[in-house]
Amino acid sequence: MTAAQTTVPTTAALALGDDALVLSHRLGEWAGHAPVLEEEVALANIALDLLGQARVLLSMAGDEDELAYLREERAFRNLQLVEQPNGDFAHTIARQLYFSTYQHLLYAELAAGDGPFAPLAAKAVKEVAYHRDHAEQWTLRLGDGTDESHERMRRAADALWRFTGEMFRPVDGLDVDPAGMEAAWLESVEDVLRRATLPLPEGPRAGGWTAGAGRQGLHTESFGRMLAEMQHLHRSHPGATW
Amino acid sequence: MATAAAHQTHGTEERRAATAAYEQAFDTAVAADERIEPRDWMPDAYRATLVRQMAQHAHSEIIGMQPEANWITRAPSLRRKAILMAKVQDEAGHGLYLYSAAETLGTSREELLDKLHSGRQKYSSIFNYPTLTWADVGAIGWLVDGAAITNQVPLCRCSYGPYARAMVRICKEESFHQRQGYELLLALSNGTPEQHEMAQDAVNRWWWPSLMMFGPPDDESAHSAQSMTWKIKRHSNDELRQRFVDICVPQAESLGLTLPDPDLKWNEERGHYDFGPIDWTEFKEVLKGNGPCNEQRITQRRRAHEEGAWVREAAAAHAAKHSDRTGARQA
Repeated sequence: MTAAQTTVPTTAALALGDDALVLSHRLGEWAGHAPVLEEEVALANIALDLLGQARVLLSMAGDEDELAYLREERAFRNLQLVEQPNGDFAHTIARQLYFSTYQHLLYAELAAGDGPFAPLAAKAVKEVAYHRDHAEQWTLRLGDGTDESHERMRRAADALWRFTGEMFRPVDGLDVDPAGMEAAWLESVEDVLRRATLPLPEGPRAGGWTAGAGRQGLHTESFGRMLAEMQHLHRSHPGATW
Repeated sequence: MATAAAHQTHGTEERRAATAAYEQAFDTAVAADERIEPRDWMPDAYRATLVRQMAQHAHSEIIGMQPEANWITRAPSLRRKAILMAKVQDEAGHGLYLYSAAETLGTSREELLDKLHSGRQKYSSIFNYPTLTWADVGAIGWLVDGAAITNQVPLCRCSYGPYARAMVRICKEESFHQRQGYELLLALSNGTPEQHEMAQDAVNRWWWPSLMMFGPPDDESAHSAQSMTWKIKRHSNDELRQRFVDICVPQAESLGLTLPDPDLKWNEERGHYDFGPIDWTEFKEVLKGNGPCNEQRITQRRRAHEEGAWVREAAAAHAAKHSDRTGARQA
């Protein structure tokens, strides 16, 4: 192990790694169910990028498989936003728009610095730019498409709004403060929603129930079932290699 | 009137002569191993056969995503999960190439999907079998992709250019998947006793259905003779099946797994492995729609399509508005 690796802040690596791991898993659930074949390719592509990021980040914190498959729900550090069930396509796109915009801003800053996450961020920021563009384009198509798609996109943007505040809580050991990106995030998301003819969601972006909760291992109910599915085979064969 | 009739007859004869000339040019091109391209004249039956075969091939890629996607969320390591996701993504890509290639023959993806959803066009019978354990993912890679490659490599030299070119790209990726499947089974076979048993059980369940992928025996294959004359097909079903068995037996040995056929043995005289009889009754039942997963597979495909209708409509409506605006700006 090099000196740089030993000084990696584990909490931050887990937070970013778990975000990528969990969202990748959710996107993987779309395989074979997408509305059009091009989206089978696109959603799997985004899921793969995120899984690649997760593997690098989790490996900075320990053994990737031990961390992914043998931690309990309360030990996961991902945002509540990324664990939200897929819902309909609009729901998946709203989740992706909110998260990719955040992740793009975060990785751009990390890539510009010289901290332990700079090399990963420098590579991943290019992938995330594509994810962000994909989510923006679909937000425009759905928001400014038919009456039905407009209504679905509006509901999705609303439903997930209350999970977005958590993204800007400080992350222990991260060499940038996410709070500094909140204004840019809001400006970008507002612009996309406006161009998609969608109203800006009302209501709080975080409350006592979500503020920093995922980052502290407090998750929403569907997350435990997601982990049960993800981990069951690995846990059924302790010590086996695959 | 008499003149008109005479003129008409003359016209018909001219057309007949022209068609005969086209046919001869087509036959000569095929005989010389030249590629037929979309703008070239081709017999209607050649066109129809290609549409049928390419559509069935494309549908198989799309339906074939389901049995493997069934394990994406349960893959036992992150490395395996990444490999499986990439593979399922490749299959969607293969489906897209093949629909595009079929569209060069004057059909459309919408029309072909509609025929799949209404049961008027088929997909490979193999995807009507369930993936019951993680090892099935390996067995599909090794055996099902292995059989597909044996079938598809000769298609890289198929007489229809767009199909042949699609197959070159597809076969490269399929060979990669096949090696990954083999490697997955090898890890299980060399793993714990439970993992080894899981691998053996999967091979036991996938072996015979894989042999059925080559289609009915030569004396019962409806399209074979014509397809071979047209060089869409280069080898008979039974030839390819034999080639596949000969490749698999030593691979099974190096995997440390057995193949579920008591009649399987080397025949010195033929220079091939002899193998036991295939249960063609089961094959016919699966083709008729009575396999273990026929209903489930087509229902999921239809549901994805129906539930996605509003998304496709939104994209079309957005594109129409956008092009209107562009038009307005230009005006």
